Amino acid sequence: MIKPLQYIGQGLFYSLFIGVIGYFSTFPKYIHLPPDETLIKLSFRHAGQHVGECRELSPEELAQLPSYQRKGGTTVCPRERSDVVVELEMDGKQLYHEVLRPTGLAHSSNSNIYRRITVKAGVHTLKARLKDHPGDDFNYVREETITLAPGRIMVIDFKAATGGFIFKNKNAAQE
Amino acid sequence: MTTHNHTDSFARKLLLRFEGILNKIFGNDLNPFYCLGALGFYFFWVVAVSGAYIYAFYKTGIHLSYPSVEYITNEQWYLGGIMRSLHRYASDALIVVMVLHLLREFILGRYRGARWFAWFTGVPLIWLIFASGTNGYWMVWDTLAQYSVVAAIEWFDWLPIFGEPMAQSFISQEVLNDRFFTLISFAHVTIPLVILFLLWVHIMRISYPVVNPKRGLALGMLLAMLALALIKPALSQGPSDMGIEPRNIGIDWFYLFVYPLLDSWSAGPVWALVVGFSVLLSVLPWLPTRFKKIPVAEVNLEDCSGCRRCVADCPYEAVVMRPRSDGMHFPEEAVVVPDRCVSCGICAGACPSSTPFRSEAGYVSGIEMPSLPMAGLRTAMKNDLAKLECDARVIVFGCDNAADIGKLRSKGVAVLSLPCTAMLPPSFIEYALHEHQADGVFITGCRENDCYHRMGGLWTEQRLAATREPRLRSRAEHERIKQFWASSADFEKLASELDAFRSSLRKLDESDSRH
Repeated sequence: MIKPLQYIGQGLFYSLFIGVIGYFSTFPKYIHLPPDETLIKLSFRHAGQHVGECRELSPEELAQLPSYQRKGGTTVCPRERSDVVVELEMDGKQLYHEVLRPTGLAHSSNSNIYRRITVKAGVHTLKARLKDHPGDDFNYVREETITLAPGRIMVIDFKAATGGFIFKNKNAAQE
Repeated sequence: MTTHNHTDSFARKLLLRFEGILNKIFGNDLNPFYCLGALGFYFFWVVAVSGAYIYAFYKTGIHLSYPSVEYITNEQWYLGGIMRSLHRYASDALIVVMVLHLLREFILGRYRGARWFAWFTGVPLIWLIFASGTNGYWMVWDTLAQYSVVAAIEWFDWLPIFGEPMAQSFISQEVLNDRFFTLISFAHVTIPLVILFLLWVHIMRISYPVVNPKRGLALGMLLAMLALALIKPALSQGPSDMGIEPRNIGIDWFYLFVYPLLDSWSAGPVWALVVGFSVLLSVLPWLPTRFKKIPVAEVNLEDCSGCRRCVADCPYEAVVMRPRSDGMHFPEEAVVVPDRCVSCGICAGACPSSTPFRSEAGYVSGIEMPSLPMAGLRTAMKNDLAKLECDARVIVFGCDNAADIGKLRSKGVAVLSLPCTAMLPPSFIEYALHEHQADGVFITGCRENDCYHRMGGLWTEQRLAATREPRLRSRAEHERIKQFWASSADFEKLASELDAFRSSLRKLDESDSRH
C-alpha cells in the first residue's frame, strides 16, 4: 500500500479507537432511577429482647461454678435474642416485611437490615412497625404523611433509645 | 502441546482477515493486534505516570476530594486536566487491549498446553484491573462515584461474610467517614503495584517477552490519547450527595458495566455470572480439545555438547542448562522442562548436531522432537524430492500453524510442514540444493511478527541472514532460496509467490545453461 493511503488508514484506525473509548467512557447514559420514582432506604441495627426471662441460680448450680464466676451475681439470663420483625406500609398497602435473625453463633447480637425500596414520588402515608420480642404485638410504630420528591433518598432508621423509628426525609426538611 | 494443523474456525478466519488489513495499513512491525500485550503494558505506564501527577494534587476527605479533582481539572486544565483525561482514557484503552488480547489468544488457540501459565495468571489480572479502575472512579467523589460505591458495596453485602451490611456506612453524608477516602487512596496505589507484580508473573515463563510496543505505535497511541483528552476532557459529574440518588449517569461502560446489571438481575445472579466466567476462563486450558497432542522435545546426551543454542532459541524457557550428568567433558547439558515445552521443535532446529550432512542412516540430534526426528525429516525430504518430475523443482518448508502448504504439492513441488518453521536447521536448505538437486527452497510460516510460537519467524530470518546460529552458510545460493510469510488467509498469495519463484528459477537455469 502506498504511503499516503497508509497514513489515512492509520488516522482512521486511531480515530475509531479514540472514538470508541471517548464515547463509551460516558455514553450511553444510564437511567438508574426513572424520573417519577424515589428511594426509601431502610437501614438500622437493633438488638432484640432476650427470648427468655432471667432467673436466679439454685444453690447447687452456684456450688458447681468456679469462685470467680460467682462474683458476677446469682442471676443468669439466656443469651439468645428475639427476631426483629419490621414492616412498612404505604398508603395502606404492605410495602415491606422482613424477619431479621440476630447475628452471632448464639443469635445473641444485633439484627441488621439494609434495603433499598423504590417507590413512586408524591405524597404518601407511611407506616413503619417493629417487633423485637417473642410476643405478637408490634411495640414500635410510627405513621406519617410524607412528601417524596423524585430522586431523593428517604432513610428510615431505628433507635430504641430515642423512641423508635426516625424518618430522615431531606425533602421534608426543605419544604 | 497441541497443533492446529490448518483447521480454521470462523473467528480465526475473520481475525486473520482483519489483521491482514491492519498489516497493509500499519505494516507487520506496527500492527497493533500483534502487540496487544505490549500495548497493555504501555497503557499501564501511561496510567501510572499520569496518576502519579494528579495524585500529588489530590486530597483525601469527604469535603476535600471533589474540590481537589475540580481544581486539577479546571484550574490546571493545561496539565492536570490533560493528565486526568490521559489517566482515564489510558485506563479505558487498557481494558480494550486486555479484552482484545484475551480474545485473540483464545481464537488463535494460544492458551493450551504449556501456555496455561500465562493464561491462568491473566485471570486475576482482569479482576485487579477492574478493581483498580473502579476504585479510581470512587476517588473523584462525584455522583458517578456515589452510584458506583453504593452499588459495589450493596453487591458485596450480598456475600454472607459480613456481620453488618457495609452499605449502612454510606447511608448518609453524616455517617460517611474520611477514612474511607484514605482507604481508597491507599488501595489505588496498592492494587496497581500488585498488578505490576502479576504482570511480571504473567510473562515469566516466556523468553524475550515484548513489553514495549514499537516506537511508532507508542507515539501514535499517545497522540491519539492526547487528542481525545483535548477533544473530550474527562470531567466530574457534579458533587455527590448521599441524600439524592443519582439517576441519569454518564457511566464508563468499560469498567462499570456490571453495575447496571445489578439493577436488572440482582446481586446473586451477577455474582454467579462473574465467578462462573472467571472459573470458566481459568479452566479453559484444560478443557478437552479436538487438536492433537505432540510429544515434547527430548535431549540425547551423547549428541549434546551443551552449546546452549537450544536454550537461547526456546521461546518458552523450556530448556535449561544443568551440570553434566554423563561424565562427558562438556561442563553442561540441556534439560527439557516438559511442563513448559510446547513441542514447537525450535530447539531441534537450533541444535548444531541437527545437520542432514551426517553420514549415519538413523542419526540422532542432541535435542529432538520424538514425533519428527531429524533423520526422519531428512528421509522425508529425500523421498519427496525424488518424486519430483518437472523443471524448477522446489521444496517448500512450512508451518503447521500457518498456510496449509499441503495444497501446494505438485509434480514440481515437494512440501514439508513442521510444527514451526524454525524447526528447520539451515543446513537442510543447503542439503536440498546441493545433495539432492532441488532447484530452489521456499520457506514459509506464520505472518511476520505473528509467529504462533512467538520467535520462529524471526529466528528463521536471522539464521538465513547468517546473523544467528545455526547460520546458513554463504556457499548456499541465496537466489534459489525464498522466504514468504503467510497465514491460512494468505494462501492464494502464497501460491502466486511460489509460482513467481519457480519462474525465477527457470530463468536462472536458462541463464546458467547459456554460460
